[in-house]
Amino acid sequence: MDELISVFIQEGREQLQAMENGLLLLEQNADDHDNINSIFRAAHTIKGSSGVIECHFIESFMHKVENALDRLRNGEINVSAELISLLLRCCDHLAILLDALAAGAATLPAATSQAGDILLNELSAYSAAEPQPAADHPQPGAASSADTGSPGSACWHISLRFAPHMLRGGMDPLSFIGFLATLGEIVALETLADTMPPAADMDPETCYLGFEIQFQSSASLAEIEAVFDFCRDDCQLRILAPDSKPSDFIALIQALPEDNQRLEDILLRFGVLSQAALADGPAPVQQQPDPTPSAALPGRPHPAGPSNQGGENKEAKARLIRVQADKLDMLIDLVGELVIAGASANLLAQRSGQGELVEATSVLSRLVEDIRNSALQLRMVQIGETFNRFNRVVRDVSHELDKEIDLVIRGAETELDKSVVEKIGDPLMHLVRNSMDHGIEAADLRVAAGKPRHGLVELNAYHDSGSIVIEVRDDGGGLPRDKILQKAVENGMIPPTQSSLTDQEIFNLIWEPGFSTAGQVTNLSGRGVGLDVVRRNIQALRGSCEVSSQDGKGTVFTIRLPLTLAIIDGFLVGVEQACYVIPLDSVIECVELKDEVAEHNFLNLRGEILPFLRLRELFDISGQHPARENVVVVKFAGHKAGIVVDQLLGEYQTVIKPLSTMFRNLRGIGGSTILGSGEVALILDVQALTQRIMQVAERKNSRTPSSISTS
Amino acid sequence: MVSNCLVLSEDLSIYHAQEQKQLLLDALAGTDKLELDLSAVTDIDSSGLQLLILAKREALQQNKQLIIMASSPVVTETISFCRLTAFFEKQPDNTQESAWTN
Repeated sequence: MDELISVFIQEGREQLQAMENGLLLLEQNADDHDNINSIFRAAHTIKGSSGVIECHFIESFMHKVENALDRLRNGEINVSAELISLLLRCCDHLAILLDALAAGAATLPAATSQAGDILLNELSAYSAAEPQPAADHPQPGAASSADTGSPGSACWHISLRFAPHMLRGGMDPLSFIGFLATLGEIVALETLADTMPPAADMDPETCYLGFEIQFQSSASLAEIEAVFDFCRDDCQLRILAPDSKPSDFIALIQALPEDNQRLEDILLRFGVLSQAALADGPAPVQQQPDPTPSAALPGRPHPAGPSNQGGENKEAKARLIRVQADKLDMLIDLVGELVIAGASANLLAQRSGQGELVEATSVLSRLVEDIRNSALQLRMVQIGETFNRFNRVVRDVSHELDKEIDLVIRGAETELDKSVVEKIGDPLMHLVRNSMDHGIEAADLRVAAGKPRHGLVELNAYHDSGSIVIEVRDDGGGLPRDKILQKAVENGMIPPTQSSLTDQEIFNLIWEPGFSTAGQVTNLSGRGVGLDVVRRNIQALRGSCEVSSQDGKGTVFTIRLPLTLAIIDGFLVGVEQACYVIPLDSVIECVELKDEVAEHNFLNLRGEILPFLRLRELFDISGQHPARENVVVVKFAGHKAGIVVDQLLGEYQTVIKPLSTMFRNLRGIGGSTILGSGEVALILDVQALTQRIMQVAERKNSRTPSSISTS
Repeated sequence: MVSNCLVLSEDLSIYHAQEQKQLLLDALAGTDKLELDLSAVTDIDSSGLQLLILAKREALQQNKQLIIMASSPVVTETISFCRLTAFFEKQPDNTQESAWTN
């Protein structure tokens, strides 16, 4: 595909996402003019660039959408739930168009263009309701920009007031403006000399000049500001971005020294302000009626996602470089090899016993560690982008289900490996839909249960000892314990007589294949393919998932994923001749195993009961127990457990080499790595080991109820 | 009506601003209709521009005519760049208030 087109598609999708987020936000806050402007800008950008790559079906579609948005922006039509739904459907259609373009289609399939026409027809009801008032059309000077939807306000507005001593300082205001003109087109300009005193008092060497400039340019704010760098201290520079709202201009008028009436006249002539906007006074935004009372959320936490992100993202984008993912992967691979080679050099240096060599290699390995960390950091992305997609999902699904559900996003800035982020979307989608469909009750039921009418689905992400934890939480009815049990018996998953299952064990049944408790199968979930797929996907990422539920209070699905799939800090331990790596993040401490507890699988760790297992026994390694054994205390998902090994060999940077599929069913081993000596060491799967230890402990616990609880 | 013509030959720049201000105001004081010949002006900067604005404003306030009869390309260009061409062509009008004084 043409490189230009692929860039367009990528950026188009980003703009589309921005548009969609904006629309969702607009639904909750109809008065947000900044937001309307950014929606408009996104649509405008898509239209403009589709024109550049000569993709006419997108251009003509977006042209109509943009017209409607323009009218929305000018306050000629009001925000309504129907309009937003329509615009969201337009977004969906645009996504289809972008897909079609990506597939290399020169023209559209008939069905697609028909669907587009239907949408445009609906839109035209909003676009052509009344003729555009003339006041919104800028003066002819600006009309040269034919492809700009609203040329007047698509320009920068620059207000300049030069300091009196400017001329004496050897600077000439006109030369700055002349230079500005090289960056773009000065669409309109007004020279102001209002501050000039009567002739007798006028000092010809004092500067009295000011300028109001309408400037059309693709330059950034920083570039425009840079023009005036030399006289930054000698002038008052006020720049309003393209598409600034009327209230910004009114604020500008009030901030400027000249008579307000005169400035208003200038801005009217520039076409950036309309009489109507002026008449509305300094805060015209508040004039908007609120047509979406249903969207008002009194006293509820607002879905924070898109609102906070929008602005920051825009700033951040300027500092971003696009890099192809495979280049990055290659870098990580190389760093991985570097780590192994470095470890080998380190080992050789230590064996040689040469102090200087050891010193040199240790400096080297520190640098390698830094390189490794920053290389991995390159792959880290914030999870917020993934989370934000759910704003739309929650909105649509709650409409579909006729439930009132809000989404709350927390920890959107939590970072994790890009490859993980890409794969976590589908499982999350499943869980969120599940929560909305099965978890949250219908509004009336909720009210009857004394809960707020609006259901709440919460996405939460945070870091916890080397993993990232993602929670999908709802405040619905909780998992129906009895129903699950009954269903499990029906399906033959458990024998009917077995009644000793704990609640947790029953809840865990929902992860089994073929399980669904929804009485009624909807097109959202409940078809029995589901949570087992979620679990499999997450396990494929070396992650785990858990569910906990409180009757009547809600359900929490917790997904735990490793931060990265490539390299970890490991802790090297030895049993007999073999070496094993425990991920350092999960290691809490190491203690010596005392003889007196050797009989039991518990030890007393400062008054705490710590269950442990012997790696020697687990892997069935023959040989004598050494005189001294060590316990590595690890922690996973809030549980502490001990792993008994012969030797502690210290920290070790570990490049994870996945085990081949042959060993997929091997429990307790997470992968392998190559040591500096060239030997292979197995990486222990702390999650599986802890679970095993906990299970053994619990079984013992239930057999002897008098013993102290361990978890 | 006494017509007077003032030829400015020096650059309209900060270096000559003081003397040119006096020249302009003196010339304006002695006539109802001042014609400016700026064809010899090879450079104009902001101070020169604001002097011309001052002179024009004074003329309008005193209900006098001030006409730029001839100007060098650089002066024409500067005036047009600052969108002041129409302002310098403005005729005094008894009924109309000057835009510069409100």
